Parts: sequence; C-alpha cells; structure tokens
Amino acid sequence: MARMADLPRNGSLTFQTSQDHSKSTTSKNGFHRSCQENGISNGVHHRSRVTEGFEQPPMYVAVFTYLGFGIVTLFGYLRDFMRAVGLEKCHVAQEREEQKDFVPLYQDFENFYTRNLYMRVRDNWNRPICSLPGPEFDLMERVTDDYNWTFRLTGKTIHGVINMGSYNYLGFAENNADFLKTVAETTMDYGLGVCSTRQEMGNMDIHQELEELVAMFLGTESAVSFGMGFATNSMNIPALVSKGCLILSDELNHTSLILGSRLSGATIRVFKHNNMQSLEKMLKEAVTNGQSRTHRPWKKILIVVEGVYSMEGSIVRLAEIVALKKKYKAYLYLDEAHSIGAVGPTGRGVTEHFGVDPSDVDVMMGTFTKSFGAAGGYIAGKKELVDYLRTYSHSAVYASAMSPPVARQIIRAMKCIMGQDGTTVGIERLRQLGENTRYFRRRLQEMGFIIYGSRDSPVVPLLVYMPGKVGAFSRAMLERKIGVVVVGFPATPITEARARFCVSSSHTREMLDKVLHALDELGDYLGIKFSRRRYIDELDS
Amino acid sequence: MDVKNLKDYLHWLYYQYLLITSIYVLEPWEQTLFNTVLFTMVAMVIYTSYVFVPIHVRLALKFFSGLCGGQQESTVALIS
Repeated sequence: MARMADLPRNGSLTFQTSQDHSKSTTSKNGFHRSCQENGISNGVHHRSRVTEGFEQPPMYVAVFTYLGFGIVTLFGYLRDFMRAVGLEKCHVAQEREEQKDFVPLYQDFENFYTRNLYMRVRDNWNRPICSLPGPEFDLMERVTDDYNWTFRLTGKTIHGVINMGSYNYLGFAENNADFLKTVAETTMDYGLGVCSTRQEMGNMDIHQELEELVAMFLGTESAVSFGMGFATNSMNIPALVSKGCLILSDELNHTSLILGSRLSGATIRVFKHNNMQSLEKMLKEAVTNGQSRTHRPWKKILIVVEGVYSMEGSIVRLAEIVALKKKYKAYLYLDEAHSIGAVGPTGRGVTEHFGVDPSDVDVMMGTFTKSFGAAGGYIAGKKELVDYLRTYSHSAVYASAMSPPVARQIIRAMKCIMGQDGTTVGIERLRQLGENTRYFRRRLQEMGFIIYGSRDSPVVPLLVYMPGKVGAFSRAMLERKIGVVVVGFPATPITEARARFCVSSSHTREMLDKVLHALDELGDYLGIKFSRRRYIDELDS
Repeated sequence: MDVKNLKDYLHWLYYQYLLITSIYVLEPWEQTLFNTVLFTMVAMVIYTSYVFVPIHVRLALKFFSGLCGGQQESTVALIS
C-alpha cells in the first residue's frame, strides 16, 4: 500500500494496481484459454485513458429550459384550477368527496407532473411494438383524439422502424432459426415453466451449466443466476448488508440498486458521480468516525457502482475505485447490467476494459437482459459469497427459477461471445459494436451535438434540454421511421432532458447513416446542436 | 421562390418560438391564450414606450444640456 501514499490530489489515481494483477489473472477456469481462442489476449491493460466529457450547454439553454418548465407549470396550475371549479372534466384519479379531510393522495408534485406535463407528451413513450425488437421493428400506429388522455389504435402498422433504443448491444435479440436451434431443443425437452424455486424443485442441470459458464466467462470462482435482473440487485443487497453497515452509492445508480440499498436497512451515503475525491472523503470519514452517534466502527462498508451508467453512458473509474477500496478495506459491488458483453475487447465488461482482476471486485453483478438477449441476472464472486447468497438471498429462495429456454439462450449467447461454438460470430459482433459505437459517437460530435459518456460506451445520450424539443424530437424521428428513447425529468435532472441511443452490433452502416442523416437535419431544424467544442479527431491518435 | 423561402423561414421561426418557450406541448387554445397574453404585453410595452420615451428623452436632454451647456456658456464667457 506504499504506492498509495502519493495519491494525486485531483482524485485520479494511477493505474499501477492493474500492472501486477494482470500477470496473476486467474487461469483456473480456463478463462485465459477461451480468450486466446478469440485471438485477443486478456490481461493486457487495454485503455487507461478515461475519455469522458460532460459538456456544459450555453447559459441561455438553461434559462429557456427553466422558462419552458415555468410556462408549462403555470398552464398546469390553470388546468388544475379549471378542474377544481368544474370547467373541465378530470380524467385522472382524484380525491374522493367523502375522503376530503383525509391525507391527500394526489396532490404531490409527482402527480402534478404526470397530469400536467407528462400527459402532454405521453405519445412518445410506451409505443406498442408488434415484431421482434431487433435492429428494425414494426410499430402499431396509434392516435389520440383528446390530447394523449386516451389512445386509439388505427389498425395500421408502421413497418421497418429503425430501433435505436433497445439494449440489444450484441444483436442477440434475433429470431434466426439456425441460431435458436439449441433453444428450441431445450424448449422441447424441458418446456417453458419451472414452477418452483431453486431450493425446491427448480434446480436443474441447465442452471448448473449456466452458472459454471458464467463463472468461467467472468473469471470468477463461482456464480449464481436469478430469474429477474432487477430483483438480482434489489433482493441481494439486503442479503449482503444490514443495519450497522454503510453503503456508499454513486448518485446516478439505478433504481434497483437504490431500492435494494433502502431495503437492506443500512445507512446510505451518496457520492458524486464517478468522483473519486468525493468517494475518498466519505470513506475516510466513515473509517475515522464510524457510525453516527455511537461511533462504533461500521460492520461493513459497501461501495455500490455501475459499470456503464445507463443514462449518462459513462464508464465507472474502476481502477481508482479498486485502489480506494483496498486502501480503506471496503467491499465493492459492481453492477455490470449495461457493460457485460458490451464493453471490453472480448466482452467481459469493465474489469476487462480497465485490466482489473475480477477477483478484486467482491460482488460482480450483471444481467442477461441486455447483451445476451434473454432475461435474468447473475452474481459472481468468491465461492463463499455465492453459496451464502444461494442460501440467504430472497431472490434465490422465493423466486421461481429461470426458465430453461432462457437459460439455454444465455448459454448460447455466451458461448458465441467466447468463441466456444466454433465460429467467430461473437467476436465479430463485439468488433462491430465497438466500430458502430465509435462511428456513431464521432459523427454526432462532428455534427455539434452535446453527447455524454465515454467513447467506448454503447449508450449514447444526446442532450436536448428543453421540454418542448423533447416531444418534437421524438415525434419527428418517428416520422422518419426511427424509434428513439427520450428521457425526461424523473429519470434525469430537470434541465437535462435527453434522447438516449443504444448502439447495437446488428445496426448496419446504412441504418446508422440514415439515423445520422435524420439527426443532422433535425438538429438544425429543431436547434439542438448546442456544442461549442471544436471536435478534434481522437481516433487518429 | 423568394416568397416561398421567406414563408418557410417565418414558419421555422414560429416553430422555434414554440419549441423554445415550450408552448409546443400545449393545446391549441392554450397556445392562443399564451400568445394573446404575450402579444398584449409586448404591445403595451411598445405603446407606453412610444408615448412616454420621447417625453423622457426630451426632459433628459434638457436636464443635461442645462448642466453642460450652462457651464460651457459661462466658461466661454469667462475666457472672452
């Protein structure tokens, strides 16, 4: 730990730790060999530069965003007033007459927001899809006669809409019969439902096979799988920490992590997004002061971070966090929901991206819902940890076991990525994803959009800022047959509404070019090219 | 052609106005209400400035010319 003495004050720790670990990367599970099959050696420190940016918009953008929210809020009050005096019919739930002296149920800000702001642009969300959500999908056309209070399906279908929103990073959401042969066979053999938990009649050979494969894929000792990704987080954190423990959580963590942390009963402290000074300050404070009031030492300190943040597209500064965790003897919980399969030269997630030894991360959590095109989640780590969770996690004890075809789909996808299926499809998809990501990000930056996140993250948030433009943007994109996800206030800070693209390896260059062309046009027409940076081509360097 | 371009441009300007003020998301009658209120306010500002600004300017000019001009005259008188 002597090398930690010279930590630079700016919070960016050096990556020395990765050097000596790279030599000792475990080959116990054949992790090494499988990587070499794909032609890329593991353990080499991949990319130490953290190329991330959160560019600030010009001042007037913030002013107009607040102004816009102000105007819409004023009209919201006007409409609420009209509803209250009976000038207008109220379509949503409201206080009942006989309960008018009770605690109000529908008068908080969230209800106001849903009723008066969200309702006006509601047509941009929950659009019904009626085909495979691959790189292209079909939408059911839907119209409204009363300004989004109710929708009516016209019966028509909009064909061939480019899908820029699914987390289908490696294109495994597919219906190619040749690829899905093993899944079909499993369905024939096992059926679809399990109808029991892992501890009772739901523990199958296919689950064992899956867990062994996951452990091998990640280079950990052991792994356990769960039927639902969200529950993997929200039900396992309470099993790991309890009252008297401290959770240090990144401010942009996903709701599942937040819910799990709250359910655990542990004290939660939030550090600034990816900010190592903030984290170190809190760790230092926690170690020196202990619990509040009693000043007993914390039983456990758990740092909870995500690999790739889903709304910002930023990649966690893992090497620095591992260094801090070792220095202060804390535990690390890494949620790789978006990064597993999508980041790293062979798809092993952020540990591979930074060349960090997976055994340095205490709890490696991830989901199968995204890159693997299936459902469920896993937790990997030391054997003791995994065995403990098998026994004590609610998700393992009470939740129904994973459906066998789903498990088979994950095995298929994972073997494909590892190159164990005897083809190079997996590694080609990974390469294609990296290429698509960098191309898409580079072109957007050239066009002058403000985008967030790391250069290698396939989640690309494009900042739109103003509430009016969010609605207009999504509608205009759909007119051009491109389906995008726009995200507003409850999920993002109020001034930072954005459109979020998820690049997939199954997007062809033509599709991306079509999207980029439409974005270029719309960027000028709607006026959302806010960037003041002159783009310097980093790819040449 | 020019007329068409100008028309397009004006359309675009109005669209930008809708987007930037976020009244794009409002229902048409609300947009009309907002535009009416804004138009009335702007019209009132313009009218009051048309009526009162010349008076204020004249008064100000008189005041400053009284200050500066008077002094100048006296200095001139002194020198001569």
